[in-house]
Amino acid sequence: MDGSGSLDRWYDICALEDIPVRGSRRVGHAGGTIGVFRTAGQKVFAADNKCPHRGGPLSEGIVHDSAVTCPLHGWVFDLETGAARGADEGCLKTYPVEVREDGRIWIRLPAC
Amino acid sequence: MPQKLVVIGNGMAPGRVLETLIETAPDAYDITIFNAEARVNYNRIMLSPVLSGEQSFEEIVIHGDGWYIEHGITLYKGHKVVEIDREAKTVTSEPGETVSYDKLLIATGSNPFIIPLPGHDLPGVLTYRDLDDVNAMLLAAKSGGRAVVIGGGLLGLEAAAGLQAQGMDVTVLHLMPTLMERQLDPSAGYLLAKELAGRGIDIRCEANTKEIVGKDRVEAVRLEDGTEIPASLVVMAVGIRPNAGLAKQAGLETGRGILVDAQMRTSDPDVYSVGECVEFEGNCYGLVAPLYEQARICGLALAGEEGHAFVHTETSTKLKVTGINLFSAGDFAEGENREEIVFRDAAQGVYKRLVLEDDRIVGAVLYGDVADGAWFFQQIKAADPVGSEARRTLIFGQSFAGGPALDPLAAVAALPDDAEICGCNGVSKGQILQSIDKKGQTSLDGVRACTKASSSCGTCTGLVESLLALRLGDAFSAGGKQTVCACTDFGHDDVRRLILSQGLKSIPAVMQELEWKTSCGCAKCRPALNYYLLASWPGEYVDDNQSRFINERVHANIQKDGTYSVVPRAWGGMTTAAELRAIADVVDKFNIPAVKYTGGQRIDMLGVPKEDLPAVWADLNAAGMVSGHAYGKSLRTVKTCVGSEWCRFGTQDSTGLGIKLERMMWGAWTPHKVKLAVSGCPRNCAEATCKDIGVVCVDSGYEIHFAGAAGMEVLKTEILCKVASEAEALETCSALLQLYREQGWYLERIYKWAARAGHDRIRAQIVEDAENRAALHQRFLYSQSFSQTDPWEERASRSVDAHEFHVLQPAE
Repeated sequence: MDGSGSLDRWYDICALEDIPVRGSRRVGHAGGTIGVFRTAGQKVFAADNKCPHRGGPLSEGIVHDSAVTCPLHGWVFDLETGAARGADEGCLKTYPVEVREDGRIWIRLPAC
Repeated sequence: MPQKLVVIGNGMAPGRVLETLIETAPDAYDITIFNAEARVNYNRIMLSPVLSGEQSFEEIVIHGDGWYIEHGITLYKGHKVVEIDREAKTVTSEPGETVSYDKLLIATGSNPFIIPLPGHDLPGVLTYRDLDDVNAMLLAAKSGGRAVVIGGGLLGLEAAAGLQAQGMDVTVLHLMPTLMERQLDPSAGYLLAKELAGRGIDIRCEANTKEIVGKDRVEAVRLEDGTEIPASLVVMAVGIRPNAGLAKQAGLETGRGILVDAQMRTSDPDVYSVGECVEFEGNCYGLVAPLYEQARICGLALAGEEGHAFVHTETSTKLKVTGINLFSAGDFAEGENREEIVFRDAAQGVYKRLVLEDDRIVGAVLYGDVADGAWFFQQIKAADPVGSEARRTLIFGQSFAGGPALDPLAAVAALPDDAEICGCNGVSKGQILQSIDKKGQTSLDGVRACTKASSSCGTCTGLVESLLALRLGDAFSAGGKQTVCACTDFGHDDVRRLILSQGLKSIPAVMQELEWKTSCGCAKCRPALNYYLLASWPGEYVDDNQSRFINERVHANIQKDGTYSVVPRAWGGMTTAAELRAIADVVDKFNIPAVKYTGGQRIDMLGVPKEDLPAVWADLNAAGMVSGHAYGKSLRTVKTCVGSEWCRFGTQDSTGLGIKLERMMWGAWTPHKVKLAVSGCPRNCAEATCKDIGVVCVDSGYEIHFAGAAGMEVLKTEILCKVASEAEALETCSALLQLYREQGWYLERIYKWAARAGHDRIRAQIVEDAENRAALHQRFLYSQSFSQTDPWEERASRSVDAHEFHVLQPAE
């Protein structure tokens, strides 16, 4: 997991049910948009919303198991590690996410 | 100088005789066939899938017209033979054709047995024997209502399941205490009855029919105990009788059937007979395997190879109702000196029973889990002693007996080379392996063509595939069957068929029942499954947005920078000053960076941020415009020329027809995008002859074209048909689109589907079959009644999917 610099802070972004199952949302951030993904297994992941291939918005892709397929050219990224699957080479920056007891999702980002 | 061979009957058995004969001695005979049915040779045991709608007649044809031409065979269709003159060596048909023979083959098959109940001759009482019966049942099923099937044997139950699949309420009346008592023991019969009852078929055993009631046609069936069951259709499926009448009339020796020797010769050495009309050593046959064996021997005998003999053998049975697995073989009656081994698993609905005599398996009944059927059948035929050690685990089948693995590949690997894989065609494991090793077959179709294995009832397809995988390893799965994606071993056709036949109505249900290898699919299979479910269950299936590609999820086209393009519908390519003004206002208001005319006579606004989409749509909606679906696997444009309204060459109102087509078809989801065009005259200004569906107007009506392409491939359309009126043009186009919706693979354009399905087969289903065309049209309209809601309006005014368009902001 990356994104653990000393200036990082936890932010409340939304409730778990604000993200569709096997879906995603975009989070606005000074350092660029971040995609937040919810899987069928109710896990939540966050990563830069920009495919390293041609900059496609990954939040618009189809979410399956713990991966997302980029809508532009079909690259598949593992959301746990950020690494591209298969023959493609590339890595997404991922961010720590927590679903807290009240069902709110918190994400750790560099301070705005 | 070839001899003259005349064949009476054109069923599966004589078809196989001729195949063997032509292969062995291609030029020995001039062949003439008389067929009482007005059609070519088809696979009669696959009538049940035709009845249930899982296959079409074209798919079960064994020999098409071309085969007869290729082999120089004269086929008289619709010619029932009424006389054989053995003195003059001639046969004469009802229409009056007389042909002389040197050798005669009688293959008149069997007649369905009709119980002479009062009312058995009323209209609406049918048998289940040939395609005419199936067509009559399909016609009756269209008006719904209740069907009563008399007879709970193999045929009766297949008919009942088929009629139910066609939407009828079905009651099965069976005289005996349990179903299929000739093939199943009472326990398996009970499980079968329970399964069918669970599917909504009303099963009544020990039901003695007294009469069929009705004035001008069937109205009800009355039982001995006074019960009356209303019925608009009655199917009698109580058994068959060898059709030996013609042979008897010609003075040949007959018993129950036509008596033959082991070379299939009758009492006249120049007359042969095969099939269900035959009696051999007191046995008559109704299952395909022994009939094909008779045919092979007869074909060899006709070719001059006399050394082969038909012997009576055990047969095995399977029921062709999708989702029901049962198997039986041999003799499983109880008796002295007989022991049985029984295994039951109630939770799984599994029942297995083996009957042993003198330490040999003599019979097997399997229900629920039939994977070991072939192996048990092999053991029965081999008649080897089991031994006390093996007996303890015998019921668990080959995988247990042969070693630890339950892997299907290990199971087929362990079979001996002479194990029978295809019961219908008597093909052994060794023959299949030889076709792979020596003849270089690498696909299921190749092995089928080469050995005939899995070409009849198809239940051994899995075994044949396992053998291919065993020999070829990865080369088979890669080069062989095209699966939907790596998440499944099923191909698109299998998935579509199983969704319907197993009543699967959600993506999780499909993945569970078809044993998907991933937990929730991938970006390839999920959109495909979502489409198949949507097309299969209109009005029932709830669209899964998360399984749609982004464009269809947010109803706009994603661009390379993550912005979207917006294309409103311009019906038939027409627009108005008010619409143009509204578009101009939207472009100004939202600072849309680019506006372009598309190739499909519409206007595209490019570079709209996702957040702005609902507001853009609201303004376009306010001016009366709706989504153009320029982003979907759905109806895109209907391009037109101005036609007879304006053009001096126009022959019909092409613009008007284009608008009507677009109004009828908009909102329909399809396997891939669909583009139409209507040209007002053969000058073809709308370029209709490179579209998925195109109409070219001519003075006398409308030419309907299909399967064109103007993308990665460029293809001129084929003509589907010509019709006289606009109404017919609309119905034909709608039927074509619906057929594509029902048969196309996901992401397969119409031209690819047509190449795979066959242009002629598509014509046969739409042009030549008016009823089918009307039914397809009705199914399309029904489906459309759920799909014509403007997705833009839902999102602009009713906050549907609001989460898509809002960016979350982090808060501390």
